[in-house]
This record gives sequence, structure tokens and C-alpha cells, in this order.
Amino acid sequence: MSASADPLLRVEGLRTWFPIKQGLFQRTTGHVQAVTDVAFEVAAGSTLALVGESGCGKTTAGRSILRLTPAQAGRVLFDGVDLMALDEAALRPYRREIQIIFQDPMASLNPRMRVRDSVAEGMRSFDIGADEAERTRRVEELFKRVQLDPAHIWRYPHEFSGGQRQRICIARALAVEPRLIVCDEAVSALDVSIQAQILNLLGDLQKELGIAYLFITHDLGVVRYLADRVAVMYLGRIVESGSTERIFADPQHPYTRALLAAAPSVDPDRRGGAPPVLGDVPSPSDPPPGCPFHPRCPEVLERCRTEAPPEVALAEGRVRCFLAESAGTAAGGD
Amino acid sequence: MSPLLEVEGLTTCFPGTRGPLPIVDGTHLSMERGEVLALVGESGCGKSMTALSLMRLVPKPGRIEAGRVLLDGRDLLELRVTEMRAVRGSRMAMIFQEPMTSLNPVVRVGEQVVEAIRLHEPVSRAQARERCLELFAEVGIPDPQARLDVYPHQLSGGLKQRVMIAMALSTRPDLLIADEPTTALDVTIQAQIVRLLQELQRSRGMSILLITHDLGIVNELSDRVAVMYAGRIVETGSRVDIFRHATHPYTRGLLRSNPVLAAPGERLPEIAGVVPSPEDWSPGCRFASRCRHCFEPCEAEVPGATPVGEGHGVACHAVAQGRLEGDAE
Repeated sequence: MSASADPLLRVEGLRTWFPIKQGLFQRTTGHVQAVTDVAFEVAAGSTLALVGESGCGKTTAGRSILRLTPAQAGRVLFDGVDLMALDEAALRPYRREIQIIFQDPMASLNPRMRVRDSVAEGMRSFDIGADEAERTRRVEELFKRVQLDPAHIWRYPHEFSGGQRQRICIARALAVEPRLIVCDEAVSALDVSIQAQILNLLGDLQKELGIAYLFITHDLGVVRYLADRVAVMYLGRIVESGSTERIFADPQHPYTRALLAAAPSVDPDRRGGAPPVLGDVPSPSDPPPGCPFHPRCPEVLERCRTEAPPEVALAEGRVRCFLAESAGTAAGGD
Repeated sequence: MSPLLEVEGLTTCFPGTRGPLPIVDGTHLSMERGEVLALVGESGCGKSMTALSLMRLVPKPGRIEAGRVLLDGRDLLELRVTEMRAVRGSRMAMIFQEPMTSLNPVVRVGEQVVEAIRLHEPVSRAQARERCLELFAEVGIPDPQARLDVYPHQLSGGLKQRVMIAMALSTRPDLLIADEPTTALDVTIQAQIVRLLQELQRSRGMSILLITHDLGIVNELSDRVAVMYAGRIVETGSRVDIFRHATHPYTRGLLRSNPVLAAPGERLPEIAGVVPSPEDWSPGCRFASRCRHCFEPCEAEVPGATPVGEGHGVACHAVAQGRLEGDAE
């Protein structure tokens, strides 16, 4: 849990802003501040959940780590190597180490390619397997591993159900033996009964193969169930991070508290919790000054409107909030 | 007093390769005045098609083949098209998952609500606008006066859903059908809309038929629950019956496989297999192929509803024959 050994992935000061271009000369008139000063760590074989509502920048953060979306600043250390500093050729081996699974498997599988070829494509490009026959055998094994019928490897994506297609995407990610898989809302589109099957599969794979997950999601039920650690994002910034147990038992940031309180209860004896937090998420192209959550915060202080709150180290985890700062000082600091 | 809504043997078919497929198959539902009934199920179970059938808005080539939909004792399926249109405007209203698809993107939102009001009531534009303003305030739209004259794209998802709710309420319906009203919204906005629906239901004494796949929303909003699987209702009961004493193997599986109720690190109890496509439905219980309790009659005969408690019914052969009791495994 402590930072004694180097984590598998360490992200520092990540910033990804998209320019807004307007007018005849396409001048840059502002920026969509998708990700600002984001830092987190993923230990080998563990799961970090990056949680937040739509537009909070969690997907952009995931894509920036893979350099699918260029970041303007920050370091992405994988095994201690800064991926941001590498050229395409030097980056290539890391493309094998880090894989990604998306929400919509139909959109990430080529509809005109047999699924065997989709799964084998990565193997071919990284020279895994001596020849096509061996790769076919490996695809069959991977199909068994993700509990699909190996007889179906020559079918097309449309011949599978949504849950089965997500299994194919998992098989494709596994084909190149990654150490980290970024799961971007990978179970969000699935029905509960199918979601349970995929969550169990991801859990089994982690136990057996020691794969780490960066799990990007808005679903707190899934987070509580599978994550070791949680980072909560709001308007491009991580507002709180810590162990899953601590975040759910003792959330410190008012936004984390609002998010947890807003999740509907499935306990028939307990419903209609705290009144929901008011208002909408502001636009990331024009974030409010000071703390980005201050316009909706039920505990807002005067300084929150103008000053950006500092990051405060808690006994467990970190939080960006003036309230925690004063509490931390009162308790004698971290 | 008779129930507000009684649905008997409602069957809606779509053409399949081997004849019509009953996507909604012999559905029975009953709703009291002021009650919130949740119709729960996974995608493709027929819950939305049930709602559209009640409104007589089944898209072609679908057709309502059988059944009765009694609103205050009057069978809606017998009404002429013009009569049905009047019912839709006044007694029943519906809101959908994606408000953007139901709002005209090039007409100001206030204008759209004014239009809806004037379609059903002989009031002047000014009166209708005044009513619209009251409705916007009632559904918690901040600064309602200014919001009358904006276009849908200028509103957030939560505000668009509030506009849709205002429009649905404009004709003072007795029954609001809400089809996944919060599914497209973020968690904090979802909580706001759930709270709003609760308040409106209480203040107006309105009935709500809530269509959803989300058990959390069911628990927060409903009084009674009907669980649907592959076109049929498999279990009905009070909210507490369903969450505490779920009896149908599918309902139990649905609750157990929810990660919210599971202990971290423990394997989630899965429901094996996938929902069969309508072309592959068995002549008996449609859950039979995935059910651990399946025995001889399940594949062959449609199970009838067995009462297992006051207002709690289960369509399962194993339950009917006492093979599966109360909370036993």
C-alpha cells in the first residue's frame, strides 16, 4: 500500500486541454480543460477506479496515458519509464504492455473481420506465435479462457451477443499479454446478469495473470465491488483518492460525499437519503474559479470561490479541499 | 374502488421468420390510484413495449394482438384513434429515457409546452404561457422565465428531462408512464430527478408506471414491482416482497448478481447463459434454459401465477409444486 516499491504506473501532473478554435482564422479562443494536474498510481496486479460523472475527464485521462490523445504536460511512468518522452518506435513495446477495452464492443470490433482475425491482429503485429496456425490455436485457447466456444472463432461480431462481444474484446487484449488493461466503462452497457459474468471474468484474470486494471467508470456499485483504490474526478481534477474501503466508509470531499449519497439505495429499509446536491456540472471549457465544485458545494467557504484548494494528505489518501486542510491542521497534520 | 389501470392478457406481436413473436405475452398488471408500479427487467424483456402498448404507440410492424387495457374501467384498445388521442393528452402521459429525441431541436422549449397545452385545452397563448411558467417552477427549473425562450440544446440533460416532465404534467395526467427516465443522466442529476418524481407523485396524487432496469431506482421510487423476463411477468409483489422475499429464480438471480449487494472480492453469483432471443423462446417457461431449478414441466408448459403471499405472485413450476420455498436456496 505504501510507496516502497515503484508502482506499475505512476501519472504525474497530467494535463490534456483541447483548444477551442473559432472564427474565420480558426483562432484559439479558449480551452476545454478536460484533464488538469492529474496524478495517480496503479500498483502491479491491483485495480484503481477512476470515478466521475460524464465530462469529468476520466476517459481523456485514460486515453492520454495510452497516448491515444496527446497531453500537453505531465509524466506517465510505466515501470519507471516516462511514456510521454518516447518516440513512436520506442513507445511500441509499451503498446503491448498496456491494452484498453471500451464501453461499446461493437464499435471496437471491425464488423467485416472474423473475430479470430481481430483477436490475432495484435499477436501478428508483435510477432507472437510462429505462424497463422499457431495463432489460431492461441485464439482458440483465449476463447476458452474468456468462456466462449472455440468453435466460434471464425464468426463475425454481429453473430455474438453484447456480453460475448465484450469477452472477445477481453480476449483480444489478453492476446498480447499486457500487464495493465484500461477498462473504459467496460461493463456499463451490459445488463446486470451479464455484467456479473464479465466482472467475475476480470477478477479471475487478475488473480491468475496478475494484470492491473485502470477501471474508468461512473458506477459506484462496480467500484466498491472490484477496486482496491479509488480516484474521484470532478471537472478535470482528482478531488479525492484513497483505498476503496476508506472512500466509501469515510469520504472527505463534499463531492465524494454527494456522489455516494446520490447512488440509489437497494436496501428496502433505507431509501430517500440525503437531499441531492443541486445544479449541474459546469462546462470544462469555462470552469469556475477557485474550487471547481464550489457552485454546487453545500459546505462552500468564501475562499473556495477564488482560491484553488490545496491537496491535503489524509491518514489514508489525499483530498483537495479547504475543509480538510483546516481539519488536518487541527488534528496535527498528516 | 376499482383500480386506475387494469391490464389483462395484453399481447403485442412482431413478425418473426416463423410467424408472429409475442414480445409482450399475456401481461397482467393492476395499478391503484396514486401508486408507483415499477416494471423491471433487462434489455429486450419487453418492458418498454408494454408501456408503448398501453399508450397504443406500438411502432410498426408491431401489433397489439390481444388483451384489454382498462383505464377506469374503459378499454383503451376499443377506442377510436381520435378518442385515444384525447386520453393520451389528458389522462395518460409518457416520458422517455432520452429527452433530446422527444424535444424539437429548432423550437424554443416554452413554445413546445405551450403547444402541448393548447392542443388539449382551449386557452389563449398568454394563459398557456403562464401555465408553462408555473409548470417550469413546479419541476424545479431555475429561473423559469428565462428558460421559456431557450432551445433544447442550450439545456443540460437534467433540465431537458425536467422540461419533458413539465410537458407531461401540463395536461394533469392521472397516470405518468416513465420509461427509464434517469438512465441517461449522471448519478447526482439522477438523484435530483428521482426526488422530483417522488415529490410530484405525492403532491399531485398521480400514479406512475416506472419502466427501469435499475434496482436502486425501483427501491427509491416504487410501491409495487413487476419483474419481466422474455416478454412475460415472472413475479409481482410489494417493493419489500421483491427485495426481501424474492422467490422466482430469475428475480433472485437478478438481485444476487448486482455488485451493489455483493461483498468485495467475492465472486458474484451469476445467472448462467444469456437471455434467449425471441426466435428461440421455449414453449414453456422462458427462463428454463438458465434455471438451476428446472425440471420436467418447465420446458413444456407455461407456468401460471402462484400466490406466495398477500399481493405476491410468482410464475414458476418449481414454486407451484413446492420445490422452491420462501427464502431457501
